[in-house]
Amino acid sequence: MTRLPKHSTSMVVWLLLLTLPFWMSAIGGYTALGSRVVVLALAAMSLNFLLGFTGVLSFGHAAYFGLGVYGVGLTLKYLLPNTLVGIAVGVLAGTIAAAVVGALIVRLRGVYFAMVTIAFGQVFYFIAYRWNTVTGGDDGLSGWRRVPIELGVTRLDILGNDKAFYYLVLFCFAGAVTAMAGLLASPFGRTLLAIRENERRARFLGIPVDQHIWLSWVTSCMFVSLAGALYALLNNFADPHDLRWDQSGDFVIMAVLGGMRAFWGPLIGAAIFVVLQDYVSSQTENWMSFIGLFFILVVLFFPRGVLGILRRKSAS
Amino acid sequence: MSLLRVEHVTKSFSGLVAVSDVSMEVEEGELRAVIGPNGAGKTTFFNLISGFLRPSSGRIVFDGSDITQLLPARRVWRGIARTFQVTEVFPELTVRENLRIAVEVASGYRLRPWLSRHSAGKVECRVGELFEMSGLGPRADRRVGELSHGDQRATEIMMSLALNPRLLLLDEPTAGMGDQETYDITQLIRKLHKEQRVSIVLIEHDMRVIFHLADRIMVLAEGKMLAEGTPDQIAASEAVQTAYLGRAA
Repeated sequence: MTRLPKHSTSMVVWLLLLTLPFWMSAIGGYTALGSRVVVLALAAMSLNFLLGFTGVLSFGHAAYFGLGVYGVGLTLKYLLPNTLVGIAVGVLAGTIAAAVVGALIVRLRGVYFAMVTIAFGQVFYFIAYRWNTVTGGDDGLSGWRRVPIELGVTRLDILGNDKAFYYLVLFCFAGAVTAMAGLLASPFGRTLLAIRENERRARFLGIPVDQHIWLSWVTSCMFVSLAGALYALLNNFADPHDLRWDQSGDFVIMAVLGGMRAFWGPLIGAAIFVVLQDYVSSQTENWMSFIGLFFILVVLFFPRGVLGILRRKSAS
Repeated sequence: MSLLRVEHVTKSFSGLVAVSDVSMEVEEGELRAVIGPNGAGKTTFFNLISGFLRPSSGRIVFDGSDITQLLPARRVWRGIARTFQVTEVFPELTVRENLRIAVEVASGYRLRPWLSRHSAGKVECRVGELFEMSGLGPRADRRVGELSHGDQRATEIMMSLALNPRLLLLDEPTAGMGDQETYDITQLIRKLHKEQRVSIVLIEHDMRVIFHLADRIMVLAEGKMLAEGTPDQIAASEAVQTAYLGRAA
């Protein structure tokens, strides 16, 4: 049975996320680290909409994540000092690019699809990397910051107040994740599961498979570009690395680590990834080898990911 | 006017002719069996009708319109559903989910991001009917991948039926089954044919099944049509005896 958010798990997850700024420091973390977990969790869960629930592997999601990043950066730096407009531009840029690229590659399957997503991703990376005058090239795009949001009666100081920014991030996360859960529980979402399970059967039920994969791809990329937009605001910086193929690989690792058949799996994966990175990288430069080792152990012994183990334990 | 008219179709794969100049007419409400030794081109013939393959030459007419070049999904929309020699279901999903997906697609809901209570109720009701007809009810919430071969096959047939097809193509529905399962599936097919008035074309090896079910039989051998007629005519035909029945017995 495919696991959509079960009420008990979801309750715990929401409770922990809502209260996070109040206990994060008690366990040695800080609020911005929590924001990072939530942002990257959104990226990994968006990827998993395609990977875990449509059965299509993309190794190029960083491109649309990065378009979200640069959409925000360029808007705030050159266009308009308005955070919400920046987010909108980032999401729009990522979604439009995904719609076009998706139309070109949606006929491909399996490893061919994955390879072409990398190739397209690298195109966007090199544009950001080379176009010095606009994107800042290798140095990244700096010289801009997120701007407090005016809500008419009150002012949301997301720049000076880490907690306020965290709750903005969580608000966006909640909207995106609820939308994805709703889609997966709908007739459209079930056609995606059908395609994942057996493409031939799906086709001979009268589902135009390419069209549905394209829609899933665009949905997934739209939410990953939202994650990118929030990531840029978190860092007050746009890094060309955010568009590169190894960033795409990180999203895949998070999803698989946490459990790609479980709705909340990629959130767990992202939390482990970010926290390990934060703690281990303060001890050694080679933090990636620890993540790699952990990843290998999970894949070898618990192919359904961390949440997969927990689920099995609680079921038996 | 016949429901399905296959006109002189030929399919060759880089020189190898799998189906050669075969024609067939299926009337509304008919149950037609296609038999023949292994490698006779039966499954290729099915693939041409369902759109899995395109013929090298010839024409396929369904309900008066030419469907020779249509994609599989579009043929499904016109009313042609099929099952496969190796059962094709959604193994990780439950029987209920398998059927529900088929019913939702058939109801035109495949792109809906949500469903009104009324529509969901209609889907539920139709799924219930399918359970009723097939006897799969007690296993509704089991994953299809865990079920017996016979129940998986029954699920696949019911998914195809959920599409409200006018023509159902069944590729060896009893292949690899024991006596009891074969009997159950045969009864199910008979019931669908009699009660739902679906026209059926089936490929089959089990002679008991064929003689029990078929109105007419077409015999293929080495890609060509060898004979066509009622079960009695086919059983009496000498050409068929030597090419197929004799050898099989």
